[in-house]
Amino acid sequence: MVIDNYNRTSDFLEFVYGFYKTMKANEIRLAYEGKISHQITKAFIALAEAQMAEDQEAIRVQRIIFHVMVECLQNVSRHADDDKPGDNVYSGNGIFMMSKDSNAYYVTTGNAILNEKIPALKNMIDKVNDLDSPMLKDFYMKQMREGRLSDKGGAGLGFIDIRRKTGSKLEYHFLPVTEKISFFMLTTAIPRTL
Amino acid sequence: METLHIKPTEDVPEVILNQENEIFEISGMSLPEDVNSFYEPVLNWIKVYTRNPNPMTVFNFRFTYFNTATSKIILDILTILEEMVEAGHNVVVRWHFAERDQDMLEAGEEFSEMVEVPFELVTYKKK
Repeated sequence: MVIDNYNRTSDFLEFVYGFYKTMKANEIRLAYEGKISHQITKAFIALAEAQMAEDQEAIRVQRIIFHVMVECLQNVSRHADDDKPGDNVYSGNGIFMMSKDSNAYYVTTGNAILNEKIPALKNMIDKVNDLDSPMLKDFYMKQMREGRLSDKGGAGLGFIDIRRKTGSKLEYHFLPVTEKISFFMLTTAIPRTL
Repeated sequence: METLHIKPTEDVPEVILNQENEIFEISGMSLPEDVNSFYEPVLNWIKVYTRNPNPMTVFNFRFTYFNTATSKIILDILTILEEMVEAGHNVVVRWHFAERDQDMLEAGEEFSEMVEVPFELVTYKKK
């Protein structure tokens, strides 16, 4: 039993070391899995700010990363569904990652979503990705004028603004989980030359 | 009219709406957990104020950051101020931005295009 436990512990610690190396190799600066609450959002923003200051990143780049993080984290905390069957669809759970390479920072989120919500979400992101800068400005203004704040406090402006401020297309992927639910992943590059 | 003063925190701005001393200002960070409930008393105060406003109203926005949900609220406030202008009242919006904060300047320019209210873009040095 003792030996068994030892092996399990040493396997686990080897896993931790492998995990550490993977994070280092991909320059993953922040990673989190679980409930993304408003408190967690605030904590991440503070952490990311401290790290970027340490990296001596340009102020504008820091500001845009801050903004993308706020919008992405608030999206998850407002819209993430549960990946388990049941009546309580909303969960607010997800993953969050911030990583970087020599060209850009990457803010990535993942959360479960009801399949029926996918077409509208996909349409919105595709539309935002297809628009050029003046069209994005018009769309943003139109959405501000005509859009309603939902009871969850979303204004339907987050994706448009992320695209406008970063100049990057939003990359996304839906992975089927059950017949009702998929896992939605979204990643945004924030160029370090902004 | 009773003054509305909301103290700032790391995620909500300071709000001072003081008719007597002619201070109308929102300043700081705005990414509240629930924008609707945070700004509801602010919007209500301004709506009541418009019934019997001062001869001149200078409304100051001095954000260091606001999220997209807040931008919708800013437009709501500007729309109320626009209605005051249409009703013949004197209103000026002063949009303050830190020097070199290009995004905050552009946000001010875009808001100024969206409403018919005299708009001043004012830069300040970062502390």
